Amino acid sequence: MNHSLPILSLRWIPVWRRNFLVWRKLLGPSMVGNFIEPLLYLLALGFGLGVFVGEMQGMPYSVFLASGLVCASAMNTATFESLFSAYTRMAHQQTWGGMLAAPLMVDDIVLGEMLWSGTKSLISVAPILAVAAAMGLVHDANTLWVLPLILLAGASFAALALCVTAFARSYDFFVYYFTLVITPMFLLSGTFFPLDAMPKAVQWGAQVLPLTHAVELVRPLMTGAPLKAPLLHLAVLTLYGAAGLYLACILLRRRLKA
Amino acid sequence: MPQAASYGRNAVCARGLSKIYNGTPVVDGIALTIPTGLCFGLLGPNGAGKTTTLRMLLGATDPSGGTLEVLGHPVPAQAREMRARVGVVPQQDNLDPDFSVIENLRVYASYFGLSGPALERRIEEVLHFAELDYKARAGINTLSGGMKRRLTLARALINDPELLILDEPTTGLDPQARQMLWQRLRTLMAQGKTLILTTHYMEEAERLCQRIAVMDHGRILAEDSPAGLIERHIEPQVVEVYGSDVQTWFNSHARTHVERAEHIGETVFCYAHDTRALLDDLATRPQLRYIHRPANLEDVFLKLTGRDLRD
Repeated sequence: MNHSLPILSLRWIPVWRRNFLVWRKLLGPSMVGNFIEPLLYLLALGFGLGVFVGEMQGMPYSVFLASGLVCASAMNTATFESLFSAYTRMAHQQTWGGMLAAPLMVDDIVLGEMLWSGTKSLISVAPILAVAAAMGLVHDANTLWVLPLILLAGASFAALALCVTAFARSYDFFVYYFTLVITPMFLLSGTFFPLDAMPKAVQWGAQVLPLTHAVELVRPLMTGAPLKAPLLHLAVLTLYGAAGLYLACILLRRRLKA
Repeated sequence: MPQAASYGRNAVCARGLSKIYNGTPVVDGIALTIPTGLCFGLLGPNGAGKTTTLRMLLGATDPSGGTLEVLGHPVPAQAREMRARVGVVPQQDNLDPDFSVIENLRVYASYFGLSGPALERRIEEVLHFAELDYKARAGINTLSGGMKRRLTLARALINDPELLILDEPTTGLDPQARQMLWQRLRTLMAQGKTLILTTHYMEEAERLCQRIAVMDHGRILAEDSPAGLIERHIEPQVVEVYGSDVQTWFNSHARTHVERAEHIGETVFCYAHDTRALLDDLATRPQLRYIHRPANLEDVFLKLTGRDLRD
């Protein structure tokens, strides 16, 4: 197996661009969904459930929820893109096969796909921020710092998902990853409720999850609460991204060059 | 750099090239020299190692052993640089279904770092070459099988490659579409491009290729011009005999008149330099019918690789 470090170059751009051009063709329906879905969540859960919940960590539930929704959406979007869509390009459409017959390498494809999935996270999060801002659920312009953060978080989740895709023989395989990794992370990273009431072991366990660290950064930026240990959270997200990228390169080189 | 000098005469130079999967050699130490400007055919039954050989040539999979040079570039070390000068028509269509014909060409060109007015001119040229001008804005799903193949060929030419690698380029095409593709490939040969192709169609290999290597079980069994292969490996004349009682005739008489005879299914294949005695014998047996024809590449192929089914 080839364990050498990924060779990073600007050759990821045509890979990213190809996906972007396909996305642009299907822009209409996807953008409608991107706006309507968060609106429904914020209205139904934020106000519907919020009435019963009242305040959470000293803020209205809808404000608390908006930042959780941003992070969960970034994770889901990037993961979905790097599992199902990437697998389609790898196995069914042989898009990667075409790229590998041109002067592109596996590492270029992995980096391009990872950054594209990060971009998709950004595309899904921006409307949520707009809707939340329109509903008066964000504190101030510091919220805009969320955008670069989501690009980083999305790319990191994408890198992890690409490692799973490297093993997939069919779409069914992804159910394992969603059930065993993504869903627990979705529920236990402080996205929809704080973990204070959970057993200590769960609280400690949650500290390992990348989504927890995304929430710890995004929530203060959106609500105006003080940022705690931002460098630590950034480092964890970056580490997951870098390790995921390295592993995805090794695994996909092995698969595609077999 | 000695590149240009060594590449001048040979597009591909492989020595002891092998690929081993789980202890089984799929390509077993082959030597391959493919001169530039030639159409070179790689023939063999399914699982012979043809596609694996092509994949190694492209640097798509790393050899387990041996040395390989393509267009003067050591492969896999400089596979990326080499691929910038090579065009590929893969066995399986991998056109982008979300893009139109022209978008497919533009996006594929971007993988080579090509863009701008020079690219637009090149796109016009390759579309014209593939006779797809009028389909430039059409969606991929509206194209026929033959058009898709021609588009794949046009796409492979986008970087004006010196070497074109085609893996079963006409499989699944109707006779008209195949003739059309052959004609295009001949034009490319006339332009001085080197072509390497695999095929299951013997008449395709016989018509297009100046040199042919027959592969089986990861080894090259024979390599020559189509005429040379026929001359060296098989008797020049074939008589196919069939009809009731062919079995009895095969057991008692067939081999007394010719060098070699095989009984396969309902037919007896007789191979000989001189068929006069055989034909005289057959003239006395009205219950047997026969076809007398010159030996062809398929006869050589079946002799070298056997008649067992490969699935």
